Amino acid sequence: MAYAAGVDVGSTQTKAVVINEDREIVARALTDTGANVMRAAESAFEEALRTGNIREEEVEYVVGTGYGRYKVTFGNTQVTEISCHGRGAVHMFPGTRTVVDMGGQDTKAISVSPDGEILDFCMNDKCAAGTGRFLGAASSALDIPLEELGPTALRGERPVKISTTCTVFAESEVLSWLGKGKKIEDILLGVHRSIARRSAGLLRRVGIHDEVTFTGGVARNVAMVDTLNERLGLTVNVSEESHYMGALGAALFGLDHILASRVPAGARQVQP
Amino acid sequence: MSYTVGIDVGSTYTKAVVLSEDRRIVGRAMEPTGFQLGEVAERSQHAAVTEAGLSADDVDYLVATGFGRHQVALSDVHVTDLTAAARGAAFLFPGTRTVLDIGGQTMKASRLDDRARVKSFRLNDKCAAGTGAFIEKTARYMGYGTEEIGPLVATSKESVEISGVCAVFAESEVINHLSQGTAPADIMHGAITSLAGRSVQLMKRVKMEPEFTLVGGILRFEKMIGVVREQLQAEVNVPEGDLAQFTTALGAALLGRRRLENLAEEGGDRALEVARA
Repeated sequence: MAYAAGVDVGSTQTKAVVINEDREIVARALTDTGANVMRAAESAFEEALRTGNIREEEVEYVVGTGYGRYKVTFGNTQVTEISCHGRGAVHMFPGTRTVVDMGGQDTKAISVSPDGEILDFCMNDKCAAGTGRFLGAASSALDIPLEELGPTALRGERPVKISTTCTVFAESEVLSWLGKGKKIEDILLGVHRSIARRSAGLLRRVGIHDEVTFTGGVARNVAMVDTLNERLGLTVNVSEESHYMGALGAALFGLDHILASRVPAGARQVQP
Repeated sequence: MSYTVGIDVGSTYTKAVVLSEDRRIVGRAMEPTGFQLGEVAERSQHAAVTEAGLSADDVDYLVATGFGRHQVALSDVHVTDLTAAARGAAFLFPGTRTVLDIGGQTMKASRLDDRARVKSFRLNDKCAAGTGAFIEKTARYMGYGTEEIGPLVATSKESVEISGVCAVFAESEVINHLSQGTAPADIMHGAITSLAGRSVQLMKRVKMEPEFTLVGGILRFEKMIGVVREQLQAEVNVPEGDLAQFTTALGAALLGRRRLENLAEEGGDRALEVARA
């Protein structure tokens, strides 16, 4: 049995996924990207091999993706994270037509064809407003761990309206609401709604077609899923593996390569 | 002797100036704005009046300005910070035609006529990349506080390229530079250069004309003055010392004084009584 791996070097976290020939995830690992990007890629990959009890020689093809994909020095090739998230999302949820990927520093809206081909995409490449960083700012301003933001926001009943766009100014706005005596859960619900509003705007630019699949690290946040559903008026697909979606897509491209190279010379290549 | 007070409730600091009848600054005070705007305005006013050796009763007219001006309960009138900054800048430098005001969370450029009236203005209060917050954030990513920025950047020999598109994304740029061994002072210099570039863009959009006067808290970093001058390729006026931070409050107090004089001309003392009431 041959294996393929995908390593997704994101701005905040690096993810590695190993799949078998049946396209099943057999190992995964996640590490903080930090300053040494190359080292982060290596350690996520090594950790995945260790947890899956797989030897490096068994992995026939490695694909790097994410903003640090060129630092995956042991990778055989690189594929953009747009393609990988699209591919991973369609693999997990075959009805996917639109993907929203929320990571630490950027949010992407991707429109895909029924066979997982990228039709259009757009992202916030100039400004951190409406990205995971917005949650990071709220987390540090209110001194609440990131993973508790969602559950806390869900308890909110009367959300405040966050009026600032900039993530830096949002931090002071959050503190000013606190100064005005607003409840933390109401402030946080307002923060989530504000991100959902901006993401919906981004999604509209590529066209919102059901089904929408929500990927990236922020998809693990329950309040983000809720506020996005509310804003879009539909139910987004969210997988347990949402934050591994880019790495999974990369591994799937790797497997394509392995299988294609086995086709006898002269035979017509068929996309599986 | 009658006195007027100008209070500038800015996004980051609140400034108060007490002005005498002969237009001399006799008292001033400044403190971080925080989140209780009404209270901070009252405290700064009290501190400035006390510094002048006066009491609240000696103040005949109080003009509030700045983003938090509506929270100043005791004021006789509100004016926009653009109007007040124009008045203050033109008082200090009568030839002023363009004012650049950079504070903690705003950047404003305005063009004035020869009577210190604002003819055109542009502002940025939506994006931290064009404000003092960009400089503070950049410093913080390297572990420096706001007070350390001035001395740090003074040691820089050359600036490195900092794109200045987003104060959040700047973090990765800063980390990249640090990991390549770039000196923090040069990175800071780069951030200031990038901010100066943005401010010149804003000034171009108001069709700037000389003389140029710079005001606002950003001038606590002296490097900013040289960099703006370099990019404009023109001389710039800068109020002396920390007066740069008080220019808008000074303008407000000056407007208060003029208002008193107009009232006196119009209706004598009775009008003044009405104004006080």
